[in-house]
Amino acid sequence: MQWASAGEFFAMGGYAFYVWGSFGACALLMIVEPFLAKRRLSEVRRSLIRERLADELESQQRTQ
Amino acid sequence: MRKSIVHWFKFASPQSFYPLAGRMIPWFWAAAAVFGISGLWISFFVAPTDAQQGEGYRIIFVHVPASWMSMFIYMVMAFWAGLGLALNTRVSAMMAQSLAPTGALMAALSLWTGALWGKPMWGAWWVWDARLTSELILFFLYLGFMALQAAIDDPRRADKAGAILALVGVVNIPIIYFSVKWWNTLHQGSTINMNKAPSMAQTMLWGMLLMAMAFWMYSIAVALMRVRAIILERERHTEWVKHAVG
Repeated sequence: MQWASAGEFFAMGGYAFYVWGSFGACALLMIVEPFLAKRRLSEVRRSLIRERLADELESQQRTQ
Repeated sequence: MRKSIVHWFKFASPQSFYPLAGRMIPWFWAAAAVFGISGLWISFFVAPTDAQQGEGYRIIFVHVPASWMSMFIYMVMAFWAGLGLALNTRVSAMMAQSLAPTGALMAALSLWTGALWGKPMWGAWWVWDARLTSELILFFLYLGFMALQAAIDDPRRADKAGAILALVGVVNIPIIYFSVKWWNTLHQGSTINMNKAPSMAQTMLWGMLLMAMAFWMYSIAVALMRVRAIILERERHTEWVKHAVG
């Protein structure tokens, strides 16, 4: 390992902005994207459940 | 032989692919985490300082995987789109649609990390170099594919139009790949080459390959998550979807 201290590690030999800007952008987008994908799935699932409940209510009313 | 064909075609139906994708996702996340942690460890704690670029070169550990994935995902997307066009299989078209945003993300990251690498090393965020320009075109191809699909109401027609765009755009991939050879570019030549030993330290190479594996596993996991949503959206009026959500 070539780092004498945590400060040296975060300084990245003077390239901190460029190195952390690159890794940070990757981390950010790769956290946001799965979150959005998950939300899209749960949204469609929720609307499908609502639709089914509405169908069930409708058929109950018809039988009454 | 015949049995195995039937077996594979079974997964071409959204109904059986939906639960299968759901079961595969955690495994790809686990693989992405293992590769990602070991890759990051090598990137920051094992790989030595570069003689010319100091610590700034460490951008390579995300820049190269993102660039590779941006090209590879495009090939896979065009393959699924083409298969959907030829065989009229629904899941393949949905898979192509699901891959496009992840491919666009990788192309964006490739351009972003490239700019952050170019500034300290070349003195410019951006140059209209063949490699950079063809990667920018790739990013626009992804956006164009998504916009075209979103603009056509009938999903089956959207699939066909998207497939044609995706297939025509494939011509850009060899252009990106060979751009550093065909033109005199500011961008450096390929780090890994089929014909000769890689021109970098072993540990750097390993870090890059592990990070590339992590990006690959990530892409599969997130594309499978999105394709599950797309399957439910498109098949919402079928009986099986009504029973699939509880």
